[in-house]
Amino acid sequence: MTTTNKTAKTEILVEPGTQQIVMTRAFAAPRELVYRAFTDPELLVQWLGPSRMTMTIERHEMRDGGVWRYIHRDADGSEAAFHGVIHGEPSLEGGVVRTFEFEGFPGHVSMETLSLEERDGKTFMRTNSVFQSVEDRDGMVASGMESGVNEGMQKLDALLARLVAAR
Amino acid sequence: MSADQLSAVFGALADPTRRAILARLTAGDATVGELSAPFSVSQPAISRHLKVLEQAGLISRSRHATARLSHLQAEPLREATAWLAGYREYWEESHDRLDALLRELQTQQDEDKQDKQVERPQ
Repeated sequence: MTTTNKTAKTEILVEPGTQQIVMTRAFAAPRELVYRAFTDPELLVQWLGPSRMTMTIERHEMRDGGVWRYIHRDADGSEAAFHGVIHGEPSLEGGVVRTFEFEGFPGHVSMETLSLEERDGKTFMRTNSVFQSVEDRDGMVASGMESGVNEGMQKLDALLARLVAAR
Repeated sequence: MSADQLSAVFGALADPTRRAILARLTAGDATVGELSAPFSVSQPAISRHLKVLEQAGLISRSRHATARLSHLQAEPLREATAWLAGYREYWEESHDRLDALLRELQTQQDEDKQDKQVERPQ
């Protein structure tokens, strides 16, 4: 199922029964700059995660076998930490391949591929996260992104409208 | 909702016939006969789909005289949507912030270029 709303520019494809989440978004900037925003820790810390959380980068080794670890902290002090390993040398052409593990759900590791393509002066980002099982995919997101769930409650009508449209 | 329940809901929604059945049930309860009418699928096949939907908690079934009526259960759908909404919200906000940062960086680059042009002796 695809989730979008009127203002949403990020498209998230969560095909029921599969092990992956595909996310796409276009940015009005050259590819080099978008790549820098993903790989330069000083830039990454400025945008990753909701603004109400403080993002700390503990490790950020952008090389084959390099380790990354990020921590999100809420105003009330609650923490969510994520870590993984970079696979292959990250590059503009080849993108970034890494493993991802939410520490609140240990042992459930996913593999993420980030690719950036430039077309018509825009950069098209695509991330593909592949989980070990369908249950892992659904469970990781359900536990890891819990804090946003209540705020982002969508109407059942909207889902049903999509179901009808998908018929 | 547990991860198991959530994957049962998503698994049930994976099939287009089952999605169409749910869409039909938003208009009101229906019998197996009524539900199979729009499809070139046999009633037993529709019954199997109904069993999957029932196990996922997406429908309930009751006996009305001799007919078995299917009824849409909205709550698991609502929770599945909320699950997705939380994830989407996280990334939507991150990407909006990235958008703003990229604009800022480009403005800076443009200004740097202009500065250099001004500094260059004519």
